Amino acid sequence: MKPAPFTYHRARSVDEALALLAGAGDARILAGGQSLVPMLNLRLAMPEHLIDISRIAELDHVEERGGRIAIGAATRQRTIEFSPLVAARLPLLAAAILHVGHRQTRNRGTLGGSLCHLDPSAELALMACVHDAQLVARSPRGERVLTMAAFALGTMTTALEPDEMLTEVRFSPWPAGHGFGFHEFARRHGDWAMASAAALVTLDGAGRIERAALALGGVADTPLRHATAEAMLIGQAPGDALLRRAAVLPQDVVVLDDDATPAWYRRQLAETMARRALADAVGRAAKAARQ
Amino acid sequence: MDHTPPLATIELVVNGQARRCEAEHRLSLADLLRDRLGLKGTHVGCEHGVCGACTVMIDGVSARSCLTLAPQADGADIVTVEGLADGDALHPLQEAFRDRHGLQCGFCTPGILISLLELLRHCPDPTEAEVREVLSGHLCRCTGYHNIVAAALDAAQEMRRRRA
Repeated sequence: MKPAPFTYHRARSVDEALALLAGAGDARILAGGQSLVPMLNLRLAMPEHLIDISRIAELDHVEERGGRIAIGAATRQRTIEFSPLVAARLPLLAAAILHVGHRQTRNRGTLGGSLCHLDPSAELALMACVHDAQLVARSPRGERVLTMAAFALGTMTTALEPDEMLTEVRFSPWPAGHGFGFHEFARRHGDWAMASAAALVTLDGAGRIERAALALGGVADTPLRHATAEAMLIGQAPGDALLRRAAVLPQDVVVLDDDATPAWYRRQLAETMARRALADAVGRAAKAARQ
Repeated sequence: MDHTPPLATIELVVNGQARRCEAEHRLSLADLLRDRLGLKGTHVGCEHGVCGACTVMIDGVSARSCLTLAPQADGADIVTVEGLADGDALHPLQEAFRDRHGLQCGFCTPGILISLLELLRHCPDPTEAEVREVLSGHLCRCTGYHNIVAAALDAAQEMRRRRA
């Protein structure tokens, strides 16, 4: 199908984009187009105006600033995939991004585009969640910084105001020697994940878990931090039985349910992915400690 | 009320040639290539980015032309399947697909050729796993992929031989 008619605008700066957004009425931001254009083609979205931000230099960067890795919202996924800084300081992100779509979509798709589209299975949203990312948004009223919990309101629903746009995402790197794990389950490589898990672990000198972060994607309507697992793991020796217990999903989590992946099956997948991600994270941290 | 859709002037380089046309803002690059420039080799399959039949090179990287709006391609350097052959001389990828029976209906083929072209530029000696990774972004209903993989590896070998 073909999109409904719209007027395309190309913004040359963030200020211009915000002015267009405020002035245009029914407008959507366009970056890589890998999430939005399918919606336009299927007429699931029919904005009157599109504001292309993909050539705004200010929004395209990967840099270390104030102890965080700051990535511009319109940075191509490809740039992140091949970034030496990301490989060195955010190895979990470097691993997970290989599962985002395919080479051809990563060449155009952006970090911000994926986060603002907020599909429940999106790996990049999961990465923002597990890394305690700061999401920077700008509007004519100024700038504000949101946590992922405040940003992700529900299925494909963000807290951005109609005249507001995401400009940058700041990831908190874990210290050298940390371990990471990422597992997702999909019918074919590159398909939307039915359940995914991302884990970050540091071990203390005695090999016990000092710090842990565990987040699940594709399970609830937004990425989910598994806080009970994290609390259970701190200070403990990381044995199989502990990881298995930690991976259990609390009963009160509202698990996505559809004909292809019923909730009971998705829950099982999530727990298996969580256990594997934790095991990998522990293994990598232990290996780093031996070196 | 004026229902005339706004038009954009799109200037781009396609297979080394400067091209120019007027297009509605909502025209996709795929439709621009096929209907406005007469380059029918790029195919439209799903229009939501999963089948790969529309894959072309945009500024040196593979991309879904069904997900690229014509105004976004203004100023871009595009390579389509029509740009592979050098006059009558087929590209080694095309020869390998012919020799290895890497296509049947041919609908998926142009997109796959573009993705393999990109792979071989960066990775002249790919493993089978690396070829299959690239192919995961393309759907083929006819071949079962194994002849496509064989053709890709043959083409890689031939291209290395020619460079030596």
